[in-house]
Amino acid sequence: MNQLTEATMVEQVVTNETSSLSIEVDNLVIDFALDNALFKREYMRALNGVSFSIKAGEAMALVGESGSGKSTCARTLCRLYKPTDGVLKLNGRDLNSSTSKMSQAELAKQIQMIFQDPFGSLNPVHTIRHQMYRPISIHMPELKGEAIEDYMLSILERVGLSPAKQTADKFPHELSGGQRQRVAIARALATGAKFILADEPISMLDVSIRLGILNLMADMKEEGIGFLYITHDIATARYFAERTGVMYVGHMVEWGNSDSVTQNPQHPYTQLLISAVPEVGRKRGNATKDGKKSLIPLWKPESKGCPFAARCPKVTDQCHTEMPSVTQVAEDHFVRCFAL
Amino acid sequence: MTGIREPLLSISDLCVDYITDDGNARAVNKVNLDIYPGETVGLAGESGCGKSTLAFAIANLHNAPALISGGQINFQGQDVLTMSPEELRQFRWSKASMVFQSAMNSLNPVITIGDQLVDVVLAHETISIAEAEKRAIAMLDMVGIHASRMKSYPHQLSGGMRQRVVIAIALILRPKLIIMDEPTTALDVVVERDIMDQLYDLKEELGFAILFISHDLGLMGQITDRIGIMYAGKMVELGETEGIIANPQHPYTQGLLRSFPTIHGPKERLEGIPGHPLNLLDVPDGCYFQDRCSQCDTICIDMMPNIEVLKVPDERQVACHKVVQGEVL
Repeated sequence: MNQLTEATMVEQVVTNETSSLSIEVDNLVIDFALDNALFKREYMRALNGVSFSIKAGEAMALVGESGSGKSTCARTLCRLYKPTDGVLKLNGRDLNSSTSKMSQAELAKQIQMIFQDPFGSLNPVHTIRHQMYRPISIHMPELKGEAIEDYMLSILERVGLSPAKQTADKFPHELSGGQRQRVAIARALATGAKFILADEPISMLDVSIRLGILNLMADMKEEGIGFLYITHDIATARYFAERTGVMYVGHMVEWGNSDSVTQNPQHPYTQLLISAVPEVGRKRGNATKDGKKSLIPLWKPESKGCPFAARCPKVTDQCHTEMPSVTQVAEDHFVRCFAL
Repeated sequence: MTGIREPLLSISDLCVDYITDDGNARAVNKVNLDIYPGETVGLAGESGCGKSTLAFAIANLHNAPALISGGQINFQGQDVLTMSPEELRQFRWSKASMVFQSAMNSLNPVITIGDQLVDVVLAHETISIAEAEKRAIAMLDMVGIHASRMKSYPHQLSGGMRQRVVIAIALILRPKLIIMDEPTTALDVVVERDIMDQLYDLKEELGFAILFISHDLGLMGQITDRIGIMYAGKMVELGETEGIIANPQHPYTQGLLRSFPTIHGPKERLEGIPGHPLNLLDVPDGCYFQDRCSQCDTICIDMMPNIEVLKVPDERQVACHKVVQGEVL
């Protein structure tokens, strides 16, 4: 990107501290209460023993179908949900520590989210300038007057919204979907965040615009921002993220280096997912068949076995009673499955 | 698939304009397209290229500010554009039906899916309610939904099931043509694959033709017989699917095919198509793609290219000066 000549504050911070920045998620468990019982409280387990880490300048992709817990992961990292069990660490500091709790403002300065729908995530009655000023004035109190304006314009240029001055005066409805998503990214960057949790950031955008946004995020990554990239499109996960985790009903069933996971999938669910991706030049009908569809279980704290057992073509008795342990199949490639 | 057979649907020189305060935007611009019985034709392009507008025109569904300003649409020899309201009512759904992108919005949330299916049958045929219900159950069974779901409301079904119901409603009158506008875009890949497989099984059984609209060229490459690529209301390339995927001719088609990261194949930075889609209120004299085309020449700026049949074996049609010139030389 050519707009990077002006070194912004974000970059300076990043280069100073890059080495120690990380998000670590260890054995995360989230239960949600089901309100169907009057006296006996029942829970569903939305996430079960999920662990991953993101380093600065790296992207981790979470892939899976709707309801697999991808977005719950991101929301828990923003502290929108309280973990039932497990530890979340930001730069080595426990996010939910009872003794030295990080303030929400501190957290928001480090981790920002961008959402799927760029039409819903911007306030329609304010100009882009107003929407950019808010995060800057909250998270960059040292900036005053002209400096805020200059900083804001540099961020807008950085996400490819030039001429920045004209864009700043516009209202959201005057921008296209791709431009709006760029504004959402600019808002996240303006806080000086080192980690961006991107929840399906391109799935509502048009074909020709998707690549632009993905490439913009790839450029941000080069500059030291870490990404959690949530998607159901495993092809873009391979394109954008160094590491990919495949989720099924709240469990991470396979994870590791994106190329290894997509080119040499080991878990039957990953194989199913990859065979279902329509690809130019591949004919219909030679994909792995999934005969037992719509058997996605509701996972409960007391549920046992492998979550994929009901749909798995390689299922054995053991799969129904016991959770498979983790097997390392390559240097950075792990699978939870008995049938390896 | 093409041959001496009569086309089921024949669109010739169709133009659709949107009348706005700032002028007329021609969303479909002199498009020609034939669809033969039992064939699957895909229409691809970016948002705003006119593919959905074309689909709406086939069922003559346009209301102001959209206006069909020229051309003909013949369905089995009958002009759709000159039908009386009653003829149109009969034509829609019993001869050509549509499946829209968002299944959530196309089902009535306060009526059970069984009643919605029965309603369609009773609106077009004079049979008893019991018989209509029997037909509805049989149709639901064909799309893989159990008869016990007849009494379910749309919100009680998952997105994939709702889309199956919409497909069942579209097929219950056994139409000859089903127009599908991004039918699976909102669904997971696994669900999408299941639905497409099922649709194809039904197609083999019932023998309808499909006009399939999507921006997902990967999906299209797998399921269609022919593909038409639209840009700014114009058909820029039309031909057999395998040929277009393997050997795209128009620079826009080449750009579209380069816009998708693939799951196999080399991993490299993709650049897609530079620039923005054309503003239809401010169109240039020459080729509409000139601003975004890497091969733009003086002739492209001066003259609008017509869609012409190439000499390559699959009778490809392309609207590009450079490609046609290359052929001659």
